[in-house]
Amino acid sequence: MDKFRMVFQFLQSNQESFMNGICGIMALASAQMYSAFDFNCPCLPHYNLAYGLGILLVPPLILFLLGFVLNNNVSMLAEEWRRPQGQRGKDPAVLRYMFCSMAQRAMIAPAVWVSVTLLDGKCITCAFCTSVPVETLGNASHPGLSPGEIKQVLARIPCKEIYDGQELIANEVAVRYLRCVSQALGWCFVLLMTTLAFLVRSLRPCFTQAAFLKSRYWSHYIDIERKLFDETCTEHARSFAKVCIQQFFEGMSTDLEAARCHPPRKAPADAGEAAKKLLGITDQGTMNTALKSWHRCKPPLQLHPPALPSGNGGNGWAGEGQPPTQPPAPRKEVAAYYSWV
Amino acid sequence: MERFRMIFQYFHSNSESVMNGICGLLALASVKMYACFDFSCPCLPRYNMAYGLGIMFVPPVALFLCGLILNRQSLVMLEEWRRPQGHRKKDPAVIRYLCSSIMQRAMVAPVVWIIVTLLDGKCLICAFSSSVDPEKFVGFANASPVQVQQLLAKVPCKDDELLRNNTSRKAVSRYLRCWSQALGWSILLILIAAAFLARWLRPCFNQATLLQARHWSNYIDIEQKIFEETCCEHSRLFAHKCILHFFESMRQEIKLHSFILPREGEGAEGEEDLLRGITDQDQVNKLLKMWYYEKPPLDVSQSHPLGRTWQGHCHLSPQSRDQWGDDSGADIFLQNPNPKGSTPRKT
Repeated sequence: MDKFRMVFQFLQSNQESFMNGICGIMALASAQMYSAFDFNCPCLPHYNLAYGLGILLVPPLILFLLGFVLNNNVSMLAEEWRRPQGQRGKDPAVLRYMFCSMAQRAMIAPAVWVSVTLLDGKCITCAFCTSVPVETLGNASHPGLSPGEIKQVLARIPCKEIYDGQELIANEVAVRYLRCVSQALGWCFVLLMTTLAFLVRSLRPCFTQAAFLKSRYWSHYIDIERKLFDETCTEHARSFAKVCIQQFFEGMSTDLEAARCHPPRKAPADAGEAAKKLLGITDQGTMNTALKSWHRCKPPLQLHPPALPSGNGGNGWAGEGQPPTQPPAPRKEVAAYYSWV
Repeated sequence: MERFRMIFQYFHSNSESVMNGICGLLALASVKMYACFDFSCPCLPRYNMAYGLGIMFVPPVALFLCGLILNRQSLVMLEEWRRPQGHRKKDPAVIRYLCSSIMQRAMVAPVVWIIVTLLDGKCLICAFSSSVDPEKFVGFANASPVQVQQLLAKVPCKDDELLRNNTSRKAVSRYLRCWSQALGWSILLILIAAAFLARWLRPCFNQATLLQARHWSNYIDIEQKIFEETCCEHSRLFAHKCILHFFESMRQEIKLHSFILPREGEGAEGEEDLLRGITDQDQVNKLLKMWYYEKPPLDVSQSHPLGRTWQGHCHLSPQSRDQWGDDSGADIFLQNPNPKGSTPRKT
């Protein structure tokens, strides 16, 4: 469990590591999706090519776009690209770095799909069965069949149970040939991808390594800065909400005391702590009023200065552009409001 | 177990992660549901289309509604939309943001169901087997129209004796499945491309407004949670005080009615405090009965301070005082119902 926890923490430690994790999961998911997918060649002359190439190329495109969609850095990149310059200059090298790193990660799952598809062979068999060289592999001089009919017969090669062209070309021969071509293509593709990856990784330090380090640092910085800003805003919202609710209850209990005819009793010293925690609400009617008032008349998004933890922030927060009002003024409105509650 | 706890903690760290987690779980549940569902095409001319399209569209509606129900933000949004303005202005941008975020998450599971259905193909084969052009398929070209319709309707059923091992049936099935899978992949491509464009282009429009709307929608959620926590804490204290009052009043009653002199000055005062003067089986039984039949009023204000006799909230009328020792008197409490502010008892 410790190992798992370490791995988990490592992956979460920064956005890049997290994205590597997602990338790996998507690659596995793409292999799993291929094996779960029920390949179903139509075995009709023009449909075969469309279907086969469609299954070969459309899911990789989907996976590539999905790799971008799932990457949180996309909105970060777009934001950084579109923000007004303000007092902070924009560095195109950082943007390029972010884009390249996202694109590289997004290419892994499509590459896995294409490799698995080619190595399996069903797609190429389906797409190119009408292009099998009948002259070399079969009996091209078989009489009585027009080119169109030959194509129809060849189109049924992937569907063994309805294939009726055994005299023209043996089914096993054609399938074996097409599968061989497909697997050769598959291995070449795998080799090409790994060579490219190797070259990119090994040649990059030979060119502009210093600039690369700089771009990487600042792109991490933008990511961390954005996260910290979001966390700070959340913390602030939490504190704001606490104080707002506290002031709401205080305002309510003061109003109710004012509305009642008898003077407020001072709580005995020993019950002071509990009474304070009860927020001045000590019976069912008052609580109901508080709940109704919470729904009908939420307090304004403006904290009163005395209650704020630090005195400076009081006037700066014009949550809704309301002019700062004196505390007693809203209370008068609230007292009148209670008359029909 | 620790693994699950860590994963749980990660997702719980903020409410967006929680909702993403629920969204993902619902999507997985929808795939699992489809795999477990035993699709059974009726193979009759008009029923096929109804069944096929029904299976394709009705569960997504249910999943969509589930996605709305399970999302906490939908209640937050509804409340924010419907609350009276009061002292706090309403910001339509916040409501729009909440609405769009809820809809996006709720749409994931239905879309997953529809795409899995299309990629599997059974629904479309069932629904559209009667609509296929029979001229394209050799086995059906020579039959009369009515017969053709019947035969085509039976295509989805592999075990039907008329069409078993019929190559044309397999050809029709294959043809429809090909279309179904092509449709599924195309829809998936369009949706993912739309999501991709939305992610890239959103910062180009009104980014500052979006940041504000996101912050305030988060704030509303946090505020509601903190309000609920405050109310919970308050009700805990309230209940504590209420029960203390109740026990105290019972202790007063027992002191008044029992003939045992109070033992002063004996040791273990702390323990006696905890026992609150209820020290034998009869007293406990009476206390429990009293708690059931006559719960104390919801009022712990200082007008009923501890230590004084219970004024204004009597639960024992003068005549029941004589029956205090009688354990069979469950009806004492019923005879003297205790409305709030009933006749004060004279001590």
